[in-house]
Amino acid sequence: MERAKVNQDINLNDYNDVWVLAETVNGKILPITLELMGEGRKLANDLGKKLAVIVPGYNIEEAAKVLVGYDVDIVYYVEHELLKDFSTLGFVEVLSKEVKKRKPEVLLVGATSIGRDIGPRLAARLGTGLTADCTGLEVDAEDKKLLMTRPAFGGNIMATIICPKNRPQMATVRPGVMARAKKIEKSNASFEKIIPELKEEDIRSKLIGTIEHDQKRVNLTDAKIIVSGGRGIKNKDGFALIESLAKALGGEVGSSRACVDAGWIDSSHQVGQTGTTVRPDLYIACGISGAIQHLAGMSESKYIVAINTDKNAPIFDICDYGIVGDLKEIIPALVSSIESGEFTL
Amino acid sequence: MKIIVCIKQVPNTSEVKINPETKTLIRDGVESIINPDDKNALEAALKIKDEKGAKVVVVSMGPMQAKEAILEALAMGADSAYLISDRKFGGSDTWATATILAAAIEKIGDYDLIICGRQAIDGDTAQVGPEIAEFLNIPQVTYAKELELKDGAVRVKRFCESKDYEFEVKLPALITAIKELNTARYPSVKGIFKAYEGDEELVKILTFDDLNVDETQIGIKGSPTNVHRSFVPVKEKHSEFIEGNTAMEKAKLLLTKLYENKLIQSGGAK
Amino acid sequence: MDFNFSKAQLMLRKTVADFSENVVKPRAEEIDRSGKFPKDLFLEMTKMGLTGIGTEEKYGGSGGSDIEKIIAVEEIAKYCGSTAATLSIHTIFASVIGKFGTEEQKQKYLPVVCSGGELGAFALTEPNAGSDAGSARTTAIFDESKQEYVLNGTKCFITGGGLAKYVLVFALTSPELKTKGLSCILVERGTPGFSIGKIEDKMGLHGSETAELIFDNCRVPKDNLIGPLGKGFKIAMTALDGARIGIAAQAVGIAAGALDESIKYTKERVQFGRPISSLQGLQWYIAEMATKVECARWMTYRAASLKVSGMPYTKEAAIAKFNASKVAVEVTDKALQIHGGYGYMRDYPLERMYRDAKITEIYEGTSEIHKVVIAREVLK
Repeated sequence: MERAKVNQDINLNDYNDVWVLAETVNGKILPITLELMGEGRKLANDLGKKLAVIVPGYNIEEAAKVLVGYDVDIVYYVEHELLKDFSTLGFVEVLSKEVKKRKPEVLLVGATSIGRDIGPRLAARLGTGLTADCTGLEVDAEDKKLLMTRPAFGGNIMATIICPKNRPQMATVRPGVMARAKKIEKSNASFEKIIPELKEEDIRSKLIGTIEHDQKRVNLTDAKIIVSGGRGIKNKDGFALIESLAKALGGEVGSSRACVDAGWIDSSHQVGQTGTTVRPDLYIACGISGAIQHLAGMSESKYIVAINTDKNAPIFDICDYGIVGDLKEIIPALVSSIESGEFTL
Repeated sequence: MKIIVCIKQVPNTSEVKINPETKTLIRDGVESIINPDDKNALEAALKIKDEKGAKVVVVSMGPMQAKEAILEALAMGADSAYLISDRKFGGSDTWATATILAAAIEKIGDYDLIICGRQAIDGDTAQVGPEIAEFLNIPQVTYAKELELKDGAVRVKRFCESKDYEFEVKLPALITAIKELNTARYPSVKGIFKAYEGDEELVKILTFDDLNVDETQIGIKGSPTNVHRSFVPVKEKHSEFIEGNTAMEKAKLLLTKLYENKLIQSGGAK
Repeated sequence: MDFNFSKAQLMLRKTVADFSENVVKPRAEEIDRSGKFPKDLFLEMTKMGLTGIGTEEKYGGSGGSDIEKIIAVEEIAKYCGSTAATLSIHTIFASVIGKFGTEEQKQKYLPVVCSGGELGAFALTEPNAGSDAGSARTTAIFDESKQEYVLNGTKCFITGGGLAKYVLVFALTSPELKTKGLSCILVERGTPGFSIGKIEDKMGLHGSETAELIFDNCRVPKDNLIGPLGKGFKIAMTALDGARIGIAAQAVGIAAGALDESIKYTKERVQFGRPISSLQGLQWYIAEMATKVECARWMTYRAASLKVSGMPYTKEAAIAKFNASKVAVEVTDKALQIHGGYGYMRDYPLERMYRDAKITEIYEGTSEIHKVVIAREVLK
């Protein structure tokens, strides 16, 4: 197989359209696809090009058809029995052929564990650059190139990356960051089926099976979001509230020492001097006064929210956002707003 | 059985701080370490070596200082190592890096398995592994959390957000490791003596001239992507009280603020 | 004059520091509270080869010398005095066998304790023979007919004594000769007549089990004699010379750990509107502590370096241990004071460090005995 090369002075004008690679599980479209479409629409408009989404799979027509109801110009679905299960090389084989044939200018892939498996292999096969895990995308007003912004050095710096001489300009995009595409009343999107050439021997991997995740173990160190309860939750049942908020946010449950000592929760949840030291993106301290032993374990969190009835509690000195109020009222309000999605602007 | 492990020397990013005045990274005094996922990759190889016998060869691309990381890998139990180092390699993006590493691996030759860390903590791209696999035209399984050799093949449980997948691929293949795969061992005292007091011949240096690599596809000129600009994200310290008449008002205002700071997703629950 | 560590030594320090921070530190509080010897940590240390430092590879050791040994002890002691003490005292066994054992004894015993995951112990002290080790009363009378030594007596305060596979027992083979009749005899765990008495309830160092060993017509083969008959006192004193350096390193580590905690705390703790590290009174405390730790550390490495190069080191080892243990007590005291009320609470490691530090002034020779040794060397 001849290896692709980059920087070959290709004619950039040959490339059009913004493409989104859809991700599916068990024939269902994952939310990341809608996020990519939402962002893709903005880029397509800025470029004055069309937005297309490509959905590889098997018996995928029905799922792909759903996307026609969103703000998109073309929905391609790539239908092949060998695409029933995920395989790196099966997907890369069909995608690379379609990209070479149809020449999109931009290709967005979700920065999921699957997208980050396919993405680089595809870029390497196509002979183009790929920018990983982007949190911001925009079109340069002057020369229309794609500006791909991403965190590096553990989030300490942000870098804007360009791919000036090669097409498509590829990016994997961090899930949860972009606004999802909107449903539209009347769709003009075209719906096209692609039947790819794909042979068994192209796959080169065998799926043995899938494994459901273990019952969730507490992993405070790696958690992006932690909701912690302190003495202010009053009793063991208070943790049900903490858990409901953690669940709604997709985070872990933490605790101050007081609650562990009182036997309200297992010590594996304890944050602080004698517990785990954590640095999540978001730490929500509920009914925690902010004793120095506790602060020692969480003050490095990127954002700290404090909910407490005592407005003089030391936790308010170090928090980013503070709510003075009863957590028994505030937490249910937070949970119901999150679940309804009503808070979004 | 020959296992090649790709490692990268990285600054310990959890120690990196921002100079509040100049808004730049303070890199002085930040220790250099073996990239954590790469340590898991090495541990996986060493386990195979312990259990079934294998030769573990470490490959790292970087400046001459990266030899420190290589020596640590040798102290952990690797058998030999290559440092891929040349001025011409400077400024390489993932494409160019993978091009160079693939050329080095071809030069070393005769491998059964390549194990890389999923991603490096300085760049967090997770791209070099799959790109090497493509250039070598071998199958890949990324995000490995379990790994087992089975006559001429490797069986890998790979992480996925919804549920995990178990794949089998024929050797030679490339695997990328995540930290769930294992707990990396500490270097042993004997290993330390061997690596640091033993003969320097354990580490071979490969330069541009040693590799069969197209000069137009490496270094800053051979990289398809470039850094357009970089900046330090400024976090304002708010310490702001959320006001409102009802609990619901306060809740919504807080969620809006969190959403604006990209801490939570639109549309609510994950 | 070279004060630099080799590359291997620097790497060893970094490795053990990582291990201590990630593996030992999270366990230190629990080890202290439970009073249980952490066998799993000992096995981890075995896997890394820390238990075999100072013994040649052909005997199952890891190579290296006393310098490497005390690097490991110091780094572990920063987080857990008990674990450091266990390692430090454990290695005395191998050093005695290595120096005084026959080739056969080395091959038989060293691999077991260096890389086999078993503990060795050193039993000299008796209820009435502490500093005055020469007045030991435990006997080991040779039974010609069976070619066995018969041990009777009681040893006390023996670190790891109840857990060790092998114990070096200093007993009188010729009671009438007093000190000159003392010999070193190896007793294996499970030998009939050898039993474990009381496990001491100590002020600190809770994770290193300290046991009473009782010998009641305990018979061991003739081959278990280590070194020449009647040379036990010399063997013990030689071993203690070396062991002092290990205890000094443990004291340095405890002091350095308390200093690190204090530096961290004074930067974090805000009073009067600023971190207390900006208060000159506390800066002076920190400066004094840092100076003491630095002095104690280099005296310890100096003694080890003399030992390694084969020079006399009795005086230097005694000075290092006497000083380092004093520094450990002073620095942990000051560190606890800096932490104020929090220092007195068991949430913080200071009170444990304070308790663990004290033993270093007492065991492997009290400070007073060390002054006797130093004076004897200086005035000779």
